[in-house]
Amino acid sequence: MAEDTKSLGGALKEACVAAAITFFLCVPIIMFRADSDVNSGQLELNFRPIAVAVFVALAFFGRLLVLTIGLRPPRQKAVPRVGPPSGLRAVFSYVIAPIGLLFLVAYPAVVVYWLGAGGALKWIDSYGIQILIYVMLGWGLNIVVGLAGLLDLGYVAFYAVGAYSYTLLAINFGLSFWICLPIAGLLAACWGMILGFPVLRLRGDYLAIVTLAFGEIIRTILVNWTAFSGGTAGISSIPKITFFGLRFADVDDGFDAYFGMDYSPIHGKLYLYYVILGLALLTNLVTLRLRRLPIGRAWEALREDEIACRSLGINTTNTKLTAFALGAFFGGLAGSFFAVRQGFISPESFTFNESATILAIVVLGGMGSQIGVAFAAIALIGGFEMLRELGWLKDLMATYFGLTDFDPTQYRGLIFGFAMVVMMVVRPRGFISTRSPSIYLERRTAVSGELVKEGHG
Amino acid sequence: MRSKSDPLLVVERLTMRFGGLVAVNNLSFDVGRGDITALIGPNGAGKTTVFNCVTGFYKPTEGRLALARSGVADRPAIEKLTRSAGRFAKQGDNELYLLERMPGHLIAHHAKVARTFQNIRLFQGMTVLENIMVAHHNLLMKASGLTVLGLVGAPHYRRTEAWAVDRAKYWLNKIGLIDRADDPAGELPYGAQRRLEIARAMCADPVLLCLDEPAAGLNPRESLELNTLLNSIRDDHGVSILLIEHDMSVVMQISDHVVVLDYGTKISDGTPEQVRNDPKVIAAYLGVADAEEFAEVEAEIHA
Repeated sequence: MAEDTKSLGGALKEACVAAAITFFLCVPIIMFRADSDVNSGQLELNFRPIAVAVFVALAFFGRLLVLTIGLRPPRQKAVPRVGPPSGLRAVFSYVIAPIGLLFLVAYPAVVVYWLGAGGALKWIDSYGIQILIYVMLGWGLNIVVGLAGLLDLGYVAFYAVGAYSYTLLAINFGLSFWICLPIAGLLAACWGMILGFPVLRLRGDYLAIVTLAFGEIIRTILVNWTAFSGGTAGISSIPKITFFGLRFADVDDGFDAYFGMDYSPIHGKLYLYYVILGLALLTNLVTLRLRRLPIGRAWEALREDEIACRSLGINTTNTKLTAFALGAFFGGLAGSFFAVRQGFISPESFTFNESATILAIVVLGGMGSQIGVAFAAIALIGGFEMLRELGWLKDLMATYFGLTDFDPTQYRGLIFGFAMVVMMVVRPRGFISTRSPSIYLERRTAVSGELVKEGHG
Repeated sequence: MRSKSDPLLVVERLTMRFGGLVAVNNLSFDVGRGDITALIGPNGAGKTTVFNCVTGFYKPTEGRLALARSGVADRPAIEKLTRSAGRFAKQGDNELYLLERMPGHLIAHHAKVARTFQNIRLFQGMTVLENIMVAHHNLLMKASGLTVLGLVGAPHYRRTEAWAVDRAKYWLNKIGLIDRADDPAGELPYGAQRRLEIARAMCADPVLLCLDEPAAGLNPRESLELNTLLNSIRDDHGVSILLIEHDMSVVMQISDHVVVLDYGTKISDGTPEQVRNDPKVIAAYLGVADAEEFAEVEAEIHA
């Protein structure tokens, strides 16, 4: 069959098969629709042959397009080795980090200059800060999943611990954000250890399931222990962030007044932006340094082969625990920042969906790659936000096609899912699929992703 | 053969059961300090199980594994340690460990027993140099002040790391892989992977190196190189070797002491010469039940 598809006839044949399968699937699912009659309120059965025809046609032409353009998974490369980057790629790999950093630092200024203080607010808040939170979470989880190879499906639990730690400490004891931040991180790390001790003797799927359950346990406790966490109603009016005690508010002793500026909400946002940028960069710096230290090498060795690690005298339990605790620590910091930025938290913000998103960022970025994770966070979180901005498409559909009730933003989950499937086919190992060695004698040779293991628990 | 006069590892009445299956049955033998001791036997004789017990991957069902990291393993000291609750005793220069009481990573870390595996276990996605650096884990962990000093780049840590890199270079030169130091280990040819695994184990600073079929899959030239390497490890580095091997050219040429297992019990123990001529050993390898039957088979062969 694979040979057939090379000719147009073969492609047509396969497209027909795809269309036929779609037809048989669509008949029971889409053809019949039970609507309630507006007048009598009774159910009546409607047939929708046109909808079925549309889907069949889509399947036919879609399959044909895929076969003729050749959007097929690339075959295994014969040579798995990746040499030192050359030419354009070398330039790219050396300048990407400083340019990216420069861009991140300059981004708010550029946006404010371009759109003015009012218009920039959205771009700094829902794009800048939001994405950076996920970059930080991605980098934190990357320690656990990407380096140590431990599949953690409950990372959001540590995010929640951090958020609630700050909130409760700030409200009950009046502590400032900067004091609560490390405490929240340490508490999250403690929870990482508490989870880790019983769980780390499990491997692979079992570990994944238990971490998933742990995430749910934390959320369920937050929902049900109303006296402690406020339950589903959450906790509002969380103290805002301050700049050495100066509040970002329109008051006489506020930040703006102190520095003789007119009050503007953008100042507070800019401050938050740089705080999360600093926190994310701290995560990155620590991770990059740790990779070059024995503990980082032990994490990666653990991902490659746990039994060999034991035979070399590495205490695998402690090594896993440090990875878990450190990942949780950064998750806690991010959670604490999340709380101070939102001003309101509830268990709703810490569902499994969040864990899945963070894990998707790590996997999409290429496990273990710092830059890849950053790009994946931009693509996933930024991309998803971008899909909200499809108003123009709605207008277009309404004016030219007469589809007044068509709202493309409703389809952003679908578009997004499709994009992820395409990524899976085109780059199965993520954006950055090579591993950079932590030490070298003569030259830094990137290791092909095909040799690097994903870890098995 | 120094297994009698100066034993490094004393294995006594070692039994390992998996449910109803007795993999190793009441096995006792000594590994002499500075010897190359070979553990041979037909497939399924329990050789790798013995290895897994010695290196802590299995907890033996019964038996004692006493290792004198330095000094002598004298009987009264072993008895005294066995009666105590401890796993380690130090008396002057004598450092004695009871391996059956220790978890695997501590056996490698404190008792200094390193091993290789029958199916090579390298860190394939890491470079050759990184593989060897991982073997320095405990040393570097200590030098990096459990990561804290390393994180701030303390000079002591840098010096220790440079020393470890130098030692890695020495071993890579020795096994002829210095030119491939920055290549991923998974890309090396099979023979080179075997040598790298031995070098990696040596960098964990062992007193006893356990090699599980180091010559498996090697061509005759590579086998010969392996002999040279193992002799050098014993003579130049003073490390005792315990090896499982099917390749008799390796076993007979380099071993000082051979222990033969069959169905989990010891059937012969002695110098290569003694073992080679032991009818029981030949019977086991030819797959006959006992020595008398062996005589018949031999007669048939010669007929």
